[in-house]
Amino acid sequence: MKLNDNNAGGIINKIAGPLVVADGMRGCRMYEVVLVGEEKLMGETIRLDGDQAYIQVYENTTGLIPGEMVTRTGSPLSLELGPGMVGNFYDGIQRPLRVIKDLLGEYITKGVSVPSLDEGKKWRFTPTHDEGVGAIQGDVLGTVQESKVITHKIMVPSGFGGKLTKLNDGSMRVHDTVAVITAENGEEKNITMSHNWPVRIGRQYKEKLAPYIPLITGQRVYDTFFPVLKGGTVAIPGGFGTGKTVSQHQLSKWADADVIVYVGCGERGNEMTEVLDTFPELDDPHTGEKLMERSVIIANTSNMPVAAREASVYTGITIAEYYRDMGYNVAVMADSTSRWAEAMREISGRLEEMPGEEGYPAYLAARIADFYERAGLVRTLGKEDRVGSVTVIGAVSPPGGDLSEPVSQNTLRVVSVFWALDAALADRRHFPSVNWLRSYSLYLDKSNEWLEENVASDFKEIRRKLMATLQEESELQEIIQLVGKDSLPAGDRVKLEVAQMIREDLLQQNAYHEIDSYCPMEKQYLMAKTIIEFSDRASAAVEAGIDVEKIEQVPVKDEIARMKYVPHDRIKQKQAEIVEQIKKQLAPPEGE
Amino acid sequence: MNDVAVKTREYTTVREVTGPLIIVEGGEKVAFGEVVSIQTPDGERRTGQVLESRKGVAVIQVFEGTRGISTKGTRVRFTGDIMRLPVSGDMLGRIFDGLGRPIDGAPPIIPEDMLDVNGSAINPAARAYPNEFIQTGISTIDGMNTLVRGQKLPIFSGAGMPHNKLAAQIARQAKVRGTEEQFSVVFAAMGITREESRFFMDNFEQTGALERIVAFINLADDPAIERIITPRMALTAAEFLAFECDMHVLVILTDMTNYCEALREVSAAREEVPSRRGYPGYMYTDLASNYERAGRIRGKKGSITQIPILSMPDDDITHPIPDLTGYITEGQFVLSRELHHKGIYAPVDVLASLSRLMNEGIGHGKTREDHSGVSNQLYSAYAEGKDMRGIVAVIGEEALTERDRKYLIFADRFEEEFVNQGTNEDRSIEDTLDIGWNLLSMLPEGELKRIDDAHVKKYHPGHRKKRVE
Repeated sequence: MKLNDNNAGGIINKIAGPLVVADGMRGCRMYEVVLVGEEKLMGETIRLDGDQAYIQVYENTTGLIPGEMVTRTGSPLSLELGPGMVGNFYDGIQRPLRVIKDLLGEYITKGVSVPSLDEGKKWRFTPTHDEGVGAIQGDVLGTVQESKVITHKIMVPSGFGGKLTKLNDGSMRVHDTVAVITAENGEEKNITMSHNWPVRIGRQYKEKLAPYIPLITGQRVYDTFFPVLKGGTVAIPGGFGTGKTVSQHQLSKWADADVIVYVGCGERGNEMTEVLDTFPELDDPHTGEKLMERSVIIANTSNMPVAAREASVYTGITIAEYYRDMGYNVAVMADSTSRWAEAMREISGRLEEMPGEEGYPAYLAARIADFYERAGLVRTLGKEDRVGSVTVIGAVSPPGGDLSEPVSQNTLRVVSVFWALDAALADRRHFPSVNWLRSYSLYLDKSNEWLEENVASDFKEIRRKLMATLQEESELQEIIQLVGKDSLPAGDRVKLEVAQMIREDLLQQNAYHEIDSYCPMEKQYLMAKTIIEFSDRASAAVEAGIDVEKIEQVPVKDEIARMKYVPHDRIKQKQAEIVEQIKKQLAPPEGE
Repeated sequence: MNDVAVKTREYTTVREVTGPLIIVEGGEKVAFGEVVSIQTPDGERRTGQVLESRKGVAVIQVFEGTRGISTKGTRVRFTGDIMRLPVSGDMLGRIFDGLGRPIDGAPPIIPEDMLDVNGSAINPAARAYPNEFIQTGISTIDGMNTLVRGQKLPIFSGAGMPHNKLAAQIARQAKVRGTEEQFSVVFAAMGITREESRFFMDNFEQTGALERIVAFINLADDPAIERIITPRMALTAAEFLAFECDMHVLVILTDMTNYCEALREVSAAREEVPSRRGYPGYMYTDLASNYERAGRIRGKKGSITQIPILSMPDDDITHPIPDLTGYITEGQFVLSRELHHKGIYAPVDVLASLSRLMNEGIGHGKTREDHSGVSNQLYSAYAEGKDMRGIVAVIGEEALTERDRKYLIFADRFEEEFVNQGTNEDRSIEDTLDIGWNLLSMLPEGELKRIDDAHVKKYHPGHRKKRVE
């Protein structure tokens, strides 16, 4: 780039927090990345006005002085996509935090520029494509073993295509040429293992498909009651202390996605440390390897620069799309999208834009919809039809736990699954504190179809009975408030008993318990079925005239309560035993 | 610091004075965040900071307020440096004002370093996860909402409640068991009354703790805008003591509500688009830039544990100040007016309180193996007992079953025996758990589902007694 070119950049006119206004910027494009000041702080153009460009700066602007240079880079905010992302730990604009720590120590200082991928590391590239034939964008040229569980596919980047005139084999660095493609006009293009992609633009695919396979999370309340499909969208709103972050951690630990992208957006530093400490230690139940082998972690903690927070969710979803294009099922955890929205609000305020609701910019709804639309099950580019998915699970932190606020409302309009976290449940340590009467999943039919085919043919019916009991309980509770439990008819008391069982023994799940933390689908089904068995037998027993107080005290109840702690390989046998006990203990009196 | 003299420029071109802000024209090369020294026409010196810098125009917030500043005759000197605090190990035992100037009559400290008061974000990759149990000697905290080293755990209080007593008791009694290391305390007062401030200082003095305390005091009648910088001063001192001098530092910030009010005042003066209740949209980020300065760093000995105190306006926990705080901190102690009225100290509302880092700090080798189970059981039994109170209020005690009545009594005894304790009572964690066991033993053993069977056998008073016999 020529610096004395008129278009090379301008000079700072004004600094107000994360917003910098620069003069002499005519020719600069919207969302172009610029380097601000002598320290070359990274920023992005977010408004143009005559010669002036308004720039949101991704780093602390303290010390900037009007008159300092602003240098254009000519390209939009982009990520470098290639092997080395899995297992890595990035800030909001894909700078590797571990590398920064090794270079600069414990604190994050300004103006750091480090490559996103390890440029020196050699990867064993195994070609899988034929040489001398045509290759189109999205075609897999070869693979690299990125981690123990992820085989990274090197694909022809968008905009490339032609005859594959050369394909190398061997150990190479990310910027080494692995292939040469000759276009029709004879132009030769070198392809390396990495390429850049602008974060604000969704990666291309051939076709979006309707999701149909459940994302099994190992959490009973989600999988059995409010399932999400691979390629679906979920919102988890909840006030502080309702367990949003624990839920997100649980999902990233146990969900049966191939790749997990965890975006800590404006959250606590210690929480990110927890993720960093535990993921390399914990075993992934699906592969037997450590969780870190399939995770990409992005952290912009609440005290890191606000503009980078705005970018961090896009960074996360772009990385997810990239792995989706390889044919993987990817899940993105965004904790919390409210901080992202607040970052937008802060920047919008500095731009002195006319505010919409609660000071949020008028384009809030559009941005949220845009973001969630990047989820989905797709047929990818390339000759071989790969199918991959991105599932987005976004936490929302409504002020005061009030869901009528704009971020929650705009999110609920676009997502298909709503897990409503409830402070009242959290207060009584009912975790996950998902309110079963307010949550919903629009994927229920699809999920039931799949579960009936792959888990048990009566799954749908069992779930229906469970939900009906919970619904009835809430009605009965109102009556109890008025007349007390003793005045209820025996049949209703049984229902209450069963509902309590569902709440405590099925819905509640202990994230910190070695066994209960993850509950396979099969076990979920057996547990649910046992409770329904109890329910049926108990109702029959009451009708046969057995005293309801006696039913309330049958010893098998304790056995049912402890089912969640039964190791997965023993559950089948144990469940059969429990069913036998139910039959025995709730048998109608002999002789009738 | 060498270029300070070069960059120092003085102007008398104050164009506008509005609320806590002044707008100065003609200034050249004014850095964003630069510190400004102001001299009023009467010769009084004040300190300010650049909030917005434009070519030829700078917006400056004046910490001591703008009274007496005039558009004529006011001299504004740009210092060429950002806000810094002189730090030294000798700060211990000293008292400073809200801007870090000594007010105890002793000479200024000889700085070992001049640190940027805004600090820098700790790289999350460099943090060490907090997991060392701090014994405060207060049952509701140790037993139910355990504090660990490097945690930030605020006290949500209200006007007229004994949050100061509680904070002082924590500062007095806090210790990590098995070590002789003491906490040094950094105390930042923002807009509290002289009386409150004296309470803390007397308290520290009585326990002979003054020589391990650094205090930054901005009282109710001190300039309001100064409060924006006070916690930053305190946390800068804390970072120095923790990460350079290897100390374990307990930081008490009181009252964060006054801090937020100051933030709102500046925001309003700048005519920014407000978010909820007139507070600025960046309040979350701003609060986080203070709270997130707690923690531990891998490879460093020291730690910063933060206890911010904030009074919830109208006891409303959904008010933006406690709400945003709760989203940043790792839990909260909520004080209950109801318990306070019953004469119970410390009136911690156990059900609404939470320590997010508790799980890592308790259990075998840290507190006691049964800690987690006992805590969960107490919690759920107390919750159930409180529910019973609600039911009794509607249908009367007679309608309760035998079992339910036990829970009702449990809730009362829990408040009187477990929650209630003296302001100088320093209970060990074993005492706390044993009080818990004692209470739980009034319930049928079958009800203790949340405790491991082996622990019930080992610690339940019934079994212990049997063993003795």
